[in-house]
Amino acid sequence: MADITGSAGLDTIKAPLFREVRKGEVRKHIITLTVRNELGVLARIATLIAGKGYNIEGLSVGETHEKGISRMTLEVIGDDVVIDQVVKQLRKLIDSLKVKDLTDTPHVERELALIKVHTAAPRARDEVLRLVEIFRARVVDVSPETYTVEITGTEEKINAFIDLVRPFGIREMARTGKVAMKREGTPQEEE
Amino acid sequence: MLRKGADIVIETLKEEGVEFIFGHPGGAIMEVYDALYRDGSIKHILARHEQGAGHMAEGYAKATGKVGVAMSTSGPGATNLVTAVADAYMDSVPVVFITGQVPTHLIGNDAFQEVDIVGITRAITKHNFLVKSIEELPLILRQAFYIARTGRPGPVLVDIPKDITQKLSDVSVPNSEAVKESLPGYKPHLEGNLQQIKRAVRLILEAKRPVLYVGGGAVQAEAQRELVELAELMRIPVTTTNMGKGAFPELHPLALHMLGMHGTYYANMAVYNCDLLIAVGARFDDRVTGKVEEFAPQAKIVHIDIDPASISKNIVVDVPIVGDVKIVLRKLLEEIKREGAKVFHPEERKRWIEQIEGWKKGHPLTYTRSDRVIKPQYVIEQIYEATKGEAIVTTGVGQHQMWSAMFYKYSFPRQFINSGGLGTMGFGFPAGIGAKLGRPHREVFVIDGDGSFIMTMQELVTAVQYKVPVKVAIINNGYLGMVRQWQELFYERRYSEVDLSVQPDFVKLAEACGAVGFRAEKPKEVREVIEEALKVQDRPVIMDFHVDREENVLPMVPAGKSYRDMILEDGKKSVEAETMYLVG
Repeated sequence: MADITGSAGLDTIKAPLFREVRKGEVRKHIITLTVRNELGVLARIATLIAGKGYNIEGLSVGETHEKGISRMTLEVIGDDVVIDQVVKQLRKLIDSLKVKDLTDTPHVERELALIKVHTAAPRARDEVLRLVEIFRARVVDVSPETYTVEITGTEEKINAFIDLVRPFGIREMARTGKVAMKREGTPQEEE
Repeated sequence: MLRKGADIVIETLKEEGVEFIFGHPGGAIMEVYDALYRDGSIKHILARHEQGAGHMAEGYAKATGKVGVAMSTSGPGATNLVTAVADAYMDSVPVVFITGQVPTHLIGNDAFQEVDIVGITRAITKHNFLVKSIEELPLILRQAFYIARTGRPGPVLVDIPKDITQKLSDVSVPNSEAVKESLPGYKPHLEGNLQQIKRAVRLILEAKRPVLYVGGGAVQAEAQRELVELAELMRIPVTTTNMGKGAFPELHPLALHMLGMHGTYYANMAVYNCDLLIAVGARFDDRVTGKVEEFAPQAKIVHIDIDPASISKNIVVDVPIVGDVKIVLRKLLEEIKREGAKVFHPEERKRWIEQIEGWKKGHPLTYTRSDRVIKPQYVIEQIYEATKGEAIVTTGVGQHQMWSAMFYKYSFPRQFINSGGLGTMGFGFPAGIGAKLGRPHREVFVIDGDGSFIMTMQELVTAVQYKVPVKVAIINNGYLGMVRQWQELFYERRYSEVDLSVQPDFVKLAEACGAVGFRAEKPKEVREVIEEALKVQDRPVIMDFHVDREENVLPMVPAGKSYRDMILEDGKKSVEAETMYLVG
């Protein structure tokens, strides 16, 4: 009878062993994609991310200098390990040319917002104009009761501006979502 | 030359060397059917349901390694294909699905028989296309074939609006180079990184208790010779997944057979205790790993796979090698030979093989025999013997599928064809028809369950029409057996909605459709029925085996549990496994 319970001269121990399972941190990732501008490419990307149970927090798409090639910037909150998987799957899409997770790479990111601020109250117009100047924003549309302000910059800068004008009353707002690009040189001082 | 879009479709399919189209016509695809009729050189198999057509194309592709083609009309024709599309996606089967679509100007209008099939299948295709102009039609079709068969294979769907099949154009069919160049974002990585291959070789030479874990990727890559050479040269035991069966001959002394939920005791014990796991074209599916924390807990892992997204998906690996399994294995062998093919711990390696021999002898695959009732495992053993182990076997999904995996011994790739990833009941019979058409000189056995067979049994008429002599062995227990087994084991025998004892008389059904029917109710009738069935070569045969109703598939690792929780062949929990922790 063969020895089925013992070991054929191999060392044994009594306690079970466990494999270490990689668990990622959940945080916001910023992913850039260069894609061929084919029918359904955005839907494919959205389907892939939604399929992981994640929501797209920010998205910007636009043509590049090359004809038929678009560039996207995606913001997704998710587990590092799962995002790594998402990036690999995005790379597999037939129409994707380049996919990068810039989260841990030095990069430049910018966003544009249009904010329609209620300025009918006395002193509001002056106060808002002062803020616009401080933030190097611009007023792009004026009515007796509103200013529409265009502001560009980092997410933090735009959020800070919004917090300051919120007390006046925000009628409407639109944000583009981030565009991002890897830095080549040393980081410039933020404006 | 000016010709219709529909003619371009047929012209392109011929260019791709398509022998069979499995399909079903309808309004939006009629032009293509007309072109098919006028051309007359591609054989069309008229399935009785589009799902059947899809699985036939899969069976053909899985049996031959060529791209299968399934075709349907828009709307319900297309939605009926969806299960087969998903099935092909999960098992990486190269199939091109062609669907008719309503005319371009009606798209989005809720037109008659309109669905957004490209939207519906986006998440279950490797890629899909909606053709927007006749000029791009031949390129898209050729891209579809190229994408389907290269890299990690998979289904590609091409949706063609009716007006495009009717328009005229003189656009030419692009050559292969042009097709490649038209897809700059698609470059399957085949070669494997040499540094990683060297690291893998080092681990293989250093290992004391190595195991090869081989999946469907090795079948796709046709890497049997390389695998056998590696296993023999390095004396490494080999376990295969359900999809990997046949990639390594199962009668080989180093074969551990299947691992995982219904894997053998010795395969699971070997994987649990190994110190090096070499995964070859496998994807660490949950039916293989069980509880991830306890899967090969001491092992370093080398993972060879053509799909970078498969690597470190479920389990983090130590040495990832992205590439074609055959090419990478060849390089690995070259490297091993260059290093002198000398293992560092020959004594431990010898004892490891002895240990596994002990496990094999102690717990072979077995079942309780009976001369009173037909045991399902007995039927499969008899089919194995009667066909001398040389038949192609296709199955549905459930107990019969697992018994077919366990009790038929497979020796060549593409011999065992079943729905592994999606687990599609009803897959086996139409897949068997496709397999038989693709490999007419092989005996094809469809080992099916009574529950699975009934899901696609309308294709019996198809098999009769085209005189396809598939042998269908129904393992008839009058239950949805696998669900019943789980209810028995995990739901205190509350058999909720699994009784199928009200069923057609399968012998009469066969006869009604123009096929041949046999029934066996006693063990001694089993072999006779199989031998009779083997004599029929001009039409399909149904063999209705009335088997022990409550037989279970064992051994079994319950879902999400560790190999330590294995239920053995006698229904007892594995006690030995609990005290078997090899270290060193």
